[in-house]
Amino acid sequence: MAFLEFQHIRKTFDGFPAVDDVSLEIRKGEIFSLLGPSGCGKTTLLRMCAGFERPTEGRIILNGKDITDLPPNQRKVNTIFQSYALFPHLTIFENIAFGLRVAKRSEAEIHDEVERMLKVMQLKGHERKKPHQISGGQKQRVAIARALVNKPEILLLDEPLAALDLKLRQRMLVELDAIHDEVGITFIMVTHDQTEAMGISDRIAVMNRGKIQQVGRPNEIYEAPTTSFVAAFIGDTNFFVGQVGPADHGDYCRLKIEGFDRVLCYNDKRLKPGQMAYVSVRPEKLRIHAERPEDDPRLNLIPGKVTDVIYEGGRTDYWVDGPGGYRISVTRAHQLFGLDEAPIEWNQAVWLSWHADDGYMLEQYREDDEELLRLPAAPEAGRLAELPDED
Amino acid sequence: MKTEKFQSPRVLEALLTGPGLIWLLVFFLLPTFNVLLISFRPSTLTGGIGEGWTLETFTQLRNPNYPLIVFRTLWVSAWITALCLLFSIPVAYCLARAPARWKTRLLLLIMVPFLTNFIIRVFAWKVILHPEGWVASAFIAVGWMEAGTQLLYNVHAVVLVSVYTYLPFSLLPVYAAAEKFDFTLLEAAMDLGCKRLEAFLKVFVPGISRGVWTATLLVLIPNLGAYVIPDIIGGHRSMMLGNIIARRLFSDRNLPHAAALSSLLTLLVLVPMVVVIFVRRRREAST
Ligand SMILES: Nc1ncnc2c1ncn2[C@@H]1O[C@H](COP(=O)(O)OP(=O)(O)O)[C@@H](O)[C@H]1O
Ligand SMILES: [Mg+2]
Repeated sequence: MAFLEFQHIRKTFDGFPAVDDVSLEIRKGEIFSLLGPSGCGKTTLLRMCAGFERPTEGRIILNGKDITDLPPNQRKVNTIFQSYALFPHLTIFENIAFGLRVAKRSEAEIHDEVERMLKVMQLKGHERKKPHQISGGQKQRVAIARALVNKPEILLLDEPLAALDLKLRQRMLVELDAIHDEVGITFIMVTHDQTEAMGISDRIAVMNRGKIQQVGRPNEIYEAPTTSFVAAFIGDTNFFVGQVGPADHGDYCRLKIEGFDRVLCYNDKRLKPGQMAYVSVRPEKLRIHAERPEDDPRLNLIPGKVTDVIYEGGRTDYWVDGPGGYRISVTRAHQLFGLDEAPIEWNQAVWLSWHADDGYMLEQYREDDEELLRLPAAPEAGRLAELPDED
Repeated sequence: MKTEKFQSPRVLEALLTGPGLIWLLVFFLLPTFNVLLISFRPSTLTGGIGEGWTLETFTQLRNPNYPLIVFRTLWVSAWITALCLLFSIPVAYCLARAPARWKTRLLLLIMVPFLTNFIIRVFAWKVILHPEGWVASAFIAVGWMEAGTQLLYNVHAVVLVSVYTYLPFSLLPVYAAAEKFDFTLLEAAMDLGCKRLEAFLKVFVPGISRGVWTATLLVLIPNLGAYVIPDIIGGHRSMMLGNIIARRLFSDRNLPHAAALSSLLTLLVLVPMVVVIFVRRRREAST
């Protein structure tokens, strides 16, 4: 049951579609993230929800009520702006009290509510200060307090952590989660940072070029991306391009990839033989072997040569030159005592393997995504360009 | 080493500010004191300044007409300032929100009329407001005004022409402040329940307060000493302090009396300035 619903939302600026036919259902009480590269329309979508922009087409339904044409001051929705937008001429106390004063609440009520917020947000002792006298993290807590004191049904957060430095960002993320647990209202967060979105969200909508690519729980989006864009944008991955071959082992199929011996893939999208397809294999799903491992029908095996070794303590990242000109990223986690493992060195000939279930087959191809996808060397890319566009 | 480091910027500072300070001292501060001193001199019948010291001039200041004129000067200047701000603030808002390529053009359109000589513009108003001018004719035709009513030579005409004249002086500082204003704050205010106008008054106006204070000084001070516009547009029934000073100087040839009035005017100008500066200091100290 949807609490907030976007129905076929479109928003154009001078004919340019910033948000293009977006339909979303957001549940009560969840932290929902809009994730995508800069300029993909996340902020525009959020601003339509707040009432600062009116959709060119489509409706927004909150709790069964159509709020598409309501002005911002009539929506029980509050926004945390990217720059916080605290009123510089007012004290912290008056900033937090702003909404209550506009609503003409009694002085005693305002005092109690603001004091409670100051306590919850750990801002006691700062209430007399002006915004420019407090730190970035405190400013953000003031912005949250100023919004939450109005008891909104939804809190909208536009890149809430982008203005903070890295260390503070991680702490505020934990704090945001704690605040959400405490107030229990719906949070909709915009971010271009996937770790932020993955870390805090109940569900994520991945956007690109004004369109929703996939909606799901963080692990669904990571493990089972539905488009090549999502696979590339969320985490690191290796893409191989090939032609779908005959079915094998039931739902599996063979894939012809130039230079590769034979590749078996789980064909959950039921791609037809002859079609071009991507296989996405995450670096941690690849295993690196010094010796050729024993044959296993479900195991895909390719030879390669190590070109880079980056030791990270808990894991080692390898770059391996594989067949067909592919440069492959492999991550090995050190779960055993690291010194006991056979070392793999630069320039060493190795074998890479992955289980057929771990290669994710994707059909969708957009020329737009090329940059993000870090496509393989020229011959493949050239062949791909001849493929018909999906839409 | 230490003193050198300390001194060199000081020396530079002195060199840079010195000429300006000397200029102000010689051509502004000393003459002002001189005027104050002259007001304590006796006047001579030939229009000169007599020998010795006297408080006579200040007893003459108890002229029963003066309180009214001082009050009128304050009141008219306050009205002019208020009206200038009332027009400037919304205009500055619109200018600051206009698309970038329009901003300079619009600003230029506002400023271009003021390239015309000030006196010519004031006389132009005299033509416009003349009993046979188009404004009067139009008002009579519509029936808002009886034939023969005088639009010129009253306080309202002075206010109208002064507001027109001083509008750029209030618009520019207010616009400069509006240009720096973060308009997200208006969205934040509306997000927190404000209507458009309420957000404008509660957030935009306080947000450009520096520009508003500057504009207030820039309009109020010259108008307290206004002479030309009240003389040409106002006539004898709307005389202001500046006109009395001129009369004492040119018709009565009583220099000490004119000097005393001038000192009074300087005081009137200083008071609002000191108040504004004091308020600003306190405000800045508290933030
Ligand atoms: N007010 C506007 N006028 C014109 N174009 C806009 C406006 N707001 C956003 N856009 C355009 O819409 C696209 C999406 O912007 P935005 O929603 O801010 O992206 P994101 O928040 O994902 O970075 C961008 O290409 C941007 O240039
Ligand atoms: Mg954005």
